[in-house]
Amino acid sequence: MANEVCFRTLDLDRPWLLEQYQSRGGYEVLSRILKEQTPPSEIIEEVKKSGLRGRGGAGFPTGVKWGFINRDAPGEKYIVCNSDEGEPGTFKDRDILRYNPHQLIEGMAIAAYVIGARRGYNYIRGEFWEPYERFEAALEEAREAGFLGDDILGSGFDFELHAHLGAGAYICGEETALLESIEGKKGQPRFKPPFPAQFGLYGRPTIINNTESLASIPEILRQGGDWFRELGVENSGGTKLFAVSGNVNNPGVFEVRMGMPFAELLELAGGMKEGRQLKAVIPGGSSAPVIPGAQMMDLTMDYDAIQKAGSMLGSGAVIVLDDSNCMVKVLERMSYFYHEESCGQCTPCREGTGWLYRVVHRIETGQGRPEDLDLLDDVATKIPGRTICALGDAAAMPVSGMLRHFRDEFAYHVEHGRCMVGGNGNGNSN
Amino acid sequence: MSEDRATVTIEVDGREIQAKAGDMLINVTDAAGIPIPRFCYHKKLSVAANCRMCLVEVENVPKPLPACATPVNDGMKVYTRSPKAIAAQKGTMEFLLINHPLDCPICDQGGECELQDVAMGYGGDVSRFVEAKRVVPNPDLGPLVSTDMTRCIHCTRCVRFGAEIAGIRELGATGRGEHMRIGTYVEHALNSELSGNIIDVCPVGALTSKPFRFRARAWELTQFDGIAPHDAVGANIHLHVQNGKVMRVVPKENEAINETWISDRDRFSYEGLYSSDRLMQPMLKDNGAWREVEWEEALEAAVNGLRAAMGSDSAQFGTLIAPTSTVEELYLAQKLTRGLGSGNIDHRLRQTDFRSLGDHPPFPWLNGAIADLEDVDAALVIGSHTRKEQPLLAHRLRKAALKGAYVALLNPFEVPLSHDAEQIAVSPASMVAELAAIAKAAGVKATGDLKKRIDGAKPDDRHKAIAQRLRDAGHGRILLGNLAAAHPDYVLLQALASELAQTVGAGLGYLPVAANSVGAAIAGAEAGRLPGWKRTDAAALDAGAMLEKGLRTYLIAGIDPELDCANPAGAVATLAGAECVVALTAYRTPTLEQVADVMLPMALFAETSGTYVNGEGTWQGARGVVAPVGKARPAWKILRVLGNLLGLEGFDYESADAVRSELEAECEGFEPAAGEIELGDAALMLQNDGLVRAGDVPIYAADTLVRRAGALQHTPDATTGFVSLNPTEAARAGLADAREVRVTQGENSVTLPLEIDPAVPDGCVRIPAGVPGSAGLGVPFGAVGLEKG
Repeated sequence: MANEVCFRTLDLDRPWLLEQYQSRGGYEVLSRILKEQTPPSEIIEEVKKSGLRGRGGAGFPTGVKWGFINRDAPGEKYIVCNSDEGEPGTFKDRDILRYNPHQLIEGMAIAAYVIGARRGYNYIRGEFWEPYERFEAALEEAREAGFLGDDILGSGFDFELHAHLGAGAYICGEETALLESIEGKKGQPRFKPPFPAQFGLYGRPTIINNTESLASIPEILRQGGDWFRELGVENSGGTKLFAVSGNVNNPGVFEVRMGMPFAELLELAGGMKEGRQLKAVIPGGSSAPVIPGAQMMDLTMDYDAIQKAGSMLGSGAVIVLDDSNCMVKVLERMSYFYHEESCGQCTPCREGTGWLYRVVHRIETGQGRPEDLDLLDDVATKIPGRTICALGDAAAMPVSGMLRHFRDEFAYHVEHGRCMVGGNGNGNSN
Repeated sequence: MSEDRATVTIEVDGREIQAKAGDMLINVTDAAGIPIPRFCYHKKLSVAANCRMCLVEVENVPKPLPACATPVNDGMKVYTRSPKAIAAQKGTMEFLLINHPLDCPICDQGGECELQDVAMGYGGDVSRFVEAKRVVPNPDLGPLVSTDMTRCIHCTRCVRFGAEIAGIRELGATGRGEHMRIGTYVEHALNSELSGNIIDVCPVGALTSKPFRFRARAWELTQFDGIAPHDAVGANIHLHVQNGKVMRVVPKENEAINETWISDRDRFSYEGLYSSDRLMQPMLKDNGAWREVEWEEALEAAVNGLRAAMGSDSAQFGTLIAPTSTVEELYLAQKLTRGLGSGNIDHRLRQTDFRSLGDHPPFPWLNGAIADLEDVDAALVIGSHTRKEQPLLAHRLRKAALKGAYVALLNPFEVPLSHDAEQIAVSPASMVAELAAIAKAAGVKATGDLKKRIDGAKPDDRHKAIAQRLRDAGHGRILLGNLAAAHPDYVLLQALASELAQTVGAGLGYLPVAANSVGAAIAGAEAGRLPGWKRTDAAALDAGAMLEKGLRTYLIAGIDPELDCANPAGAVATLAGAECVVALTAYRTPTLEQVADVMLPMALFAETSGTYVNGEGTWQGARGVVAPVGKARPAWKILRVLGNLLGLEGFDYESADAVRSELEAECEGFEPAAGEIELGDAALMLQNDGLVRAGDVPIYAADTLVRRAGALQHTPDATTGFVSLNPTEAARAGLADAREVRVTQGENSVTLPLEIDPAVPDGCVRIPAGVPGSAGLGVPFGAVGLEKG
């Protein structure tokens, strides 16, 4: 039931080594495709069939995205993997890089074959030094074994893959800012259209996928799209890595089938720490609107269910909050993050994220005014949908979500100048 | 590309509009006169879509879309004033204002501020932002542009201007989010000759004019049209006047001439109008002592001096007039000179090679429209520091280069460019040989001296490539610049360029030296040329001969002899030895005091009506918009009165327009012809194995006005003179560790600071001309000796 796709080698000793990966059929899919010269359209069909949706957070069907590129068009094309996992609460791709880097490499090589790319980049979050080194070591192994480089396995297919370490900017996880960063420029999102499939890295057609998406590809093609899709539920095929953090006994990354009840996931994560009451869950990384605990206990972990509850599955970062947390404090911390990480390009985000943070900060420090709640609500509606990228939305959604479900806590703060939950509000059980 | 796009119909606020598919919405609404607020959008710059002010509602699109980045398609329905659009626009406005200082009363942009204007329509009256506003330190960008970065709204127009138009990326945005700042990273003065345009593109008061800072409020100024008097573009400008003084200059849009840009020289030279050495009153030299006199007395003295030149001695009289003068001044000066019986008039003050090019040489103009320069496929520029000599023409060439044109330059030193180019930098003594090598590679057939040059040439791959690219070009252009015009073998360079142009099927053009070099040729202010550029065989001395021979009487107009003449030391000595020198001048200088006998204060640009003919041959008239300072008078009026007092026929003009009309009538039927060069004796003049001087005229030394523009004289491009050598030559001359160098040119020598510059080729020493430091030397190209100073 668990660890069926990206983590299928997790039980092995030093699973990141090539020989271990190969002991579980690693690189067999790539070898078969190259040997049989499988038509790329067949591979795309299989991926579409699998129901795999982008695991970076947006949930766009991967197979459809691959279809945007005309592989026969002349000139260079690129495959880029987004391992700039920066959303607070998200740490799943890190474990793919650490424990199963070869599956990612194989997935990228297959994607490159499909779109006609001869060169690929894996953009790795700046803070991920250890995963970066492990990925580099895996690249070296793959090159030596002939799975990367010129004329791979004598097929005539050339593919070189490079790791690119970021420098710590959250915005570089936005795919076009990521491309700018690889090009050596300041990480700022590009205006779209044109989309990367037409004008991507160095102005060439480019596909950018999340680490988990690409790492899922070899297993999807080995066991079939139908197999993968049926692991999950309607509209949410396959398995998903959930990064569970917060006030739980056993935080970590869990690969489970889509549609698993949240209650079961919470059990996997060891249940609530110190047996405290579940107050709320942020189900898809810090930008996802918060869901009250009671409501969350009735939800399943898939795209549709979470969306119906007014939030989003996002990257699968599940932040569990118990009743010792002050929601004003929680929001202040998140608002500070987006304020700090806004690239500064678009007016609403550059100015709005700072404004949101300052108002929340004022409320948190006992300087709030009664009109601040409406002000927050209003400012939070004036950012989303009005900027080049979604960082503005990401900054505003938690504000709207918190005020929707925990307005009374904010009002209490304003009225009493202190916290409703007592203590330092930092989540006592931490 | 625009031609084959389909016409579509869109609906904006209920109104049907035809547009080309793919046009950005804001271009379509702008053309239709539908206002959409914007800050980052600028029609000459790439789309950034970052300010989010131009958000509009588009039917069936859930989010508001930026009009600047939304291409139109058929049937699209747009609402610029719907509740959703207005809400988005007002939302952005509020965000822009929360951190913007409320310092409009002390902001120079106040009254002409895009943020202020748009805030009137979209801003609230009271801010909901109660936190402390952001404060940003101001980088020092040099003497031209003042910074108040707290006011910056991060539209990045200035950054894009640098990257896309000026072609040197001096400004950038560093830092993220609220910490994003516009600056140079490592603080330095702006180096671009077009830098002042960032003042205009800045929608707020973050970048303002430093010389104009706190001088006047926008609404106190009266705007007049004018023509910039510094180069052969004749940029269209607006002069902003308060209390009879020019307070600043800004561009006037004219797509065919200067687009929306002007050079810093055009923008800031007005400061020279109010230089402390302006001559305010006529002056007379009595027994070696100068005294201020009234006009009557001064004119009488001038007339007496000139009258002595009439009759049999008229060949002993000559006129030297600045090529920056108006057409009217140039025309009257030649009329007066010829009326006195002399053919000695010239404006080609920096030229040294006046050998004959035959009876029908090409007319020295651009040979085509300014705007056509951006459509060339290949260009060869001979002897021009393009960016600093012709800032806006260089910009057109850059545009061509960005579109893929091949640009090659042949110069006595490598010049910094803002585009890719093939640069051949050789000693001035080798320039003819290099051009001959290109000609040989192109298969030029020639006779006589030219054949000798071509036969002796040894084309290498670069020469062959240039010849090939010119030959392959559908639209090729060979341009002769100011460094060619000052070269001792100018006729050889012209002849080779002309033959090359004919052989490869390219156009031959000239980058005129000054604002009215073309106008002066047309006005007849040139030895051997009557108005309408008609040839005359009457005896005439050119500028070089006049100063070499030494005449008895001179009329000089609008020049500083020690800075505007090819051979400054020689010119000053000759003038000092003359019996009588009548100077029409705007400035009182020690040199003029030394050489002149009468100084008549003349008006400058903006103070006088007049016409400039630019490089493409367009006549552009400008009115006097302020009264001349002191007792100065427009030079055309001074010349008219002199003509009258001398009893010459036809000097009864009532206006500058009447002068222009007369010249226009004389120019009827004049067409600038491609001409044909017949080279007479054309021996190679500059033959030297040792160090040869290359004397370019720095951008802010070009004419009397700009030399006195205070702020420009503090920019990195300003210099009073230097000697520059490459490290090898410096070592060879034993100057590796020298700070100052004693330069000897013929009998003259000066001491100048040494700059080591690898852009100067072997065999060459760059010593700028037109600057005080080299005023004691001779011609700009010639053998020099160097020793440690």
